[in-house]
Amino acid sequence: MARDTGIIGKIVRVSGPLVVASGMSGARMFDVVRVGEKRVIGEIIELRGDTASIQVYEETSGIGPGEPVVSTGAPLSVELGPGLISSIFDGIQRPLNVIHSIAGDYITRGIDVPGLDRERKWHFVPAVKPGDAVGPGDVLGTVQETPLVLHKIMVPPGVENAKVAEIREGDFTVEEIVAVLEVGGQKKPLTMMQKWPVRVPRPVREKLPPEEQLVTGQRVIDAFFPIAKGGTACVPGPFGSGKTVIQHQLAKWSDAQIIVFVGCGERGNEMTDVLLEFPELTDPRSGRPLMERTVLVANTSNMPVAAREASIYTGITLAEYFRDMGYSVALMADSTSRWAEALREISGRLEEMPGEEGYPAYLGSRLAEFYERAGRVVALGSDRREGALSVIGAVSPPGGDLSEPVTQATLRIVKVFWGLDDRLAARKHFPAINWLTSYSLYTDRLDSYFRKVLGDDFPEMRDEAMAILQQEEELREIVRLVGIDALGGRDRMILETAKSLREDFLYQSAFHEVDTYCSQRKMYGILEVILMRHHKAMEAIEAGADLEPILEDPVKEKIARARVTPEEEWPKLHDEIVAAIRHGYSARTRAVS
Amino acid sequence: MPLEYTTISQISGPLIMVEQVREVHYDELVEVETQTGEIRRGRVLEAQEGRALVQLFEGTAGLDVSRSKVRFLGRVLEIPVSRDMLGRIFDGAGRPIDGGPRVVPEKRLDINGSPINPYARAYPSEFIQTGISAIDCMNPLVRGQKLPIFSGAGLPHAAMAAQIARQATVLGSQEPFAVVFAAMGITFEEADYFISDFRRTGALERAVLFVNLANDPVIERIATPRMALTVAEYLAFDLDMHVLVIMTDMTNYAEALREVSAARKEVPGRRGYPGYMYTDLATMYERAGRIKGKKGSITQIPILTMPEDDKTHPIPDLTGYITEGQIILSRDLHKKGIYPPVNVSISLSRLKDKGIGKGKTREDHADVLNQLSDAYDRGKEARELAVVLGEAALTPTDRLFLKFADEFERRFIKQGPNENRPIEKTLDLGWELLAMLPRSELKRLSERNIEKYMPKTQAAAGD
Repeated sequence: MARDTGIIGKIVRVSGPLVVASGMSGARMFDVVRVGEKRVIGEIIELRGDTASIQVYEETSGIGPGEPVVSTGAPLSVELGPGLISSIFDGIQRPLNVIHSIAGDYITRGIDVPGLDRERKWHFVPAVKPGDAVGPGDVLGTVQETPLVLHKIMVPPGVENAKVAEIREGDFTVEEIVAVLEVGGQKKPLTMMQKWPVRVPRPVREKLPPEEQLVTGQRVIDAFFPIAKGGTACVPGPFGSGKTVIQHQLAKWSDAQIIVFVGCGERGNEMTDVLLEFPELTDPRSGRPLMERTVLVANTSNMPVAAREASIYTGITLAEYFRDMGYSVALMADSTSRWAEALREISGRLEEMPGEEGYPAYLGSRLAEFYERAGRVVALGSDRREGALSVIGAVSPPGGDLSEPVTQATLRIVKVFWGLDDRLAARKHFPAINWLTSYSLYTDRLDSYFRKVLGDDFPEMRDEAMAILQQEEELREIVRLVGIDALGGRDRMILETAKSLREDFLYQSAFHEVDTYCSQRKMYGILEVILMRHHKAMEAIEAGADLEPILEDPVKEKIARARVTPEEEWPKLHDEIVAAIRHGYSARTRAVS
Repeated sequence: MPLEYTTISQISGPLIMVEQVREVHYDELVEVETQTGEIRRGRVLEAQEGRALVQLFEGTAGLDVSRSKVRFLGRVLEIPVSRDMLGRIFDGAGRPIDGGPRVVPEKRLDINGSPINPYARAYPSEFIQTGISAIDCMNPLVRGQKLPIFSGAGLPHAAMAAQIARQATVLGSQEPFAVVFAAMGITFEEADYFISDFRRTGALERAVLFVNLANDPVIERIATPRMALTVAEYLAFDLDMHVLVIMTDMTNYAEALREVSAARKEVPGRRGYPGYMYTDLATMYERAGRIKGKKGSITQIPILTMPEDDKTHPIPDLTGYITEGQIILSRDLHKKGIYPPVNVSISLSRLKDKGIGKGKTREDHADVLNQLSDAYDRGKEARELAVVLGEAALTPTDRLFLKFADEFERRFIKQGPNENRPIEKTLDLGWELLAMLPRSELKRLSERNIEKYMPKTQAAAGD
């Protein structure tokens, strides 16, 4: 934290997480202050004359009027540098393991710990030499932070037209000077750590439209509702519909290089689960523990509400920092509704005029500002490296009612909507993403990418499969009214294929060792064989073949096994299925003709 | 001796405004002495320069503006805790009501507690056998979990909670559960049911009861569960006990919260409940859990009645977002005479995967759970179809599933309120029921488990 500025006010009112202080002239909006004798941390969110309204990030009980408020003169900032990866922070970047070692099992108040470890030494390897000209974003050197992450030490934004005066290799802490720059005749020493205010997006050279897919290993997402690297998505759903499981699945298996997971106002045990599970799981691409690319920000539902509001910004600033290094970063926020509720609580205490359902009128613009920090960018720095930051926010609509303000404000901004459905969850269909209501606006943009990477016919395959699922819905309505016998052969086959699509393709068990992650190749293959069976069966039905044997075709069982077949064995099974379909149906069609 | 103020300027609902005060703190404990000398307690909701807004737990009836004396005690609401609290009954504000002596405190603790550091938590994974098949097999409870019962008016949630409190054990462990019971706004009869049930079965000896009855002060209910949880934390993490906390009825709690909020003229959220109700409930529910390196644990079973059996009502809805699953009771099953009327299709235990299987319950548990729930859903679908089209229109397989669903409800879910079914017996019963179905339909069972556990007569019946 920055040093105290000498601006000392006096508390005049305490109401929950809101403290009002007078005598604060000279203080600026969003400056961090220390409140009361206990010096708990707060942030100025409103100024009227010399009176400041402060949202406090810690419990305020026992604090009263008359106690001092001291401004630090600096906005809420995070420390950026080696040591972020594999850490778990609270909403204002205090490492929870350090808090644990100081305060024990419970989080008590007034604990002041830095975000980055001050003792630990990192091996710094220079990438430039004395005399080189450098500007903002240029990489001065690197630190191998984990086997998966090469941490790039960059010239902070704002340091223009500099020349490297000194730089050296060696083991340093984040506070030791690793390089000295010459800026306009002045020496500027640099450490491996920089600070950045969380509410200000980090600058980039240029924003680009997304064009590459963020592969998640989840079939329903990758095939039907893909998200692009640098894109935004939201997952609204009532409780028990599997929001958190989806967020965890994406954090585990998506092909981003860095994952920032923000647990915002959710269950404590869920964070514990992540903490225990991620070091055990291996990244399917690198074979290393997933924790080596993950940063966790945890502000559980029982932790102070104002810090929950900050946790989202803390998370995204950390994510932007890694994006600036040229990485593809994915941020999961679970759940943005809790963040909005924190906003509402503070707004209510400020006695602001409420908008819908008590939420402040600026809810929409705050959400938009947050999601706009996502994107594919050209980072600062002369090497024009590209980075991407994808943001996936869970939304917890009360009662599962999507017409509520947070969901609606979110849908106006994000490009992908994975709508979770109670009824699917009750039928144990997971992920319970409703394929009839969900959408992705990246589909068209990504089609050329799909044709290149997956197969030239993939977009058509996907559209056909979706059409079959749509038809199923209509046919089921008919079945409900008049019974299955009223349907003709073609319609029966559509129901059969739709069932196969649902059970063998869309359904994916997050808890099955193999099924939890599905490669692009296997995803394409499963879809291919399901549709192949469909086409052949339709041909046979057209030609007048018997319906029952087609519906009961034993190849079904093989297709059903595909999901849980390990990647290495899949090509063999795929060939078997293809052969069985070819052979089976050519025999059937022959028999008819 | 703290300063006494006689400067109440306003009394409105449960709130009083005290003027010209000095040195007040947010959340501080307040004592108000009425003109008759009665002492009531409250807490500071808002501390301003020169004035304080105080919420009284015991209500404001009989209070007057000019003669009541207000003292600010300089500390937050605390509860004295001690091992001797086991076996005792207290009112909603923590005063003994069983005629026993005062508790000699070993410690005084802030009833609000502090959040457990997520880093310090240990993941709950020890299976608790409740002896109720609908829970043990279908929605297993583990130590440190918070699993609410969503009930409705007139449903037997009290009997179920008492049964769980009586029967809960951890397999292979002799450590008994201590039970902490918090009653909020329940009727005398319901409270008496619990107390006499605990007495009858000897459970009272290892229980601490906090009872705020329907005619007790409404606002006191806001403190009742917090006191109970503070005692639970003391028993669990200071005295290494495994504690089961039963809180009933959370709906009454939420209504008390709404009353305070309305009196403060706060902007209401959904259905008049305050916008911070999620956070408020979370600060209680999240006090369940396990801590690394500590022996004890806190397992919570909050009970709430869903207004109009509607699970999207804010109280069950917000609860469901915080707790690790929910047991939902069904009026239909209840009307069919099935006890416990657990709707297993929409009930859920989020921590089940970590608590079951080999070494914990039995290797076939997950298979049986999935297959039973699959088959039951299919049977219920067939039942619906039979209503529309007549049973004759069902395929022979569907008819079997329909029969299975009936038997499942009648034999598996249904059991006596005093019947303690061990998990092995529950699982065996599951296999017995599954044996009714053709083997080709049992896709969730592994060959190995079928070999080992399927009753042998099935081979003849099924294939």
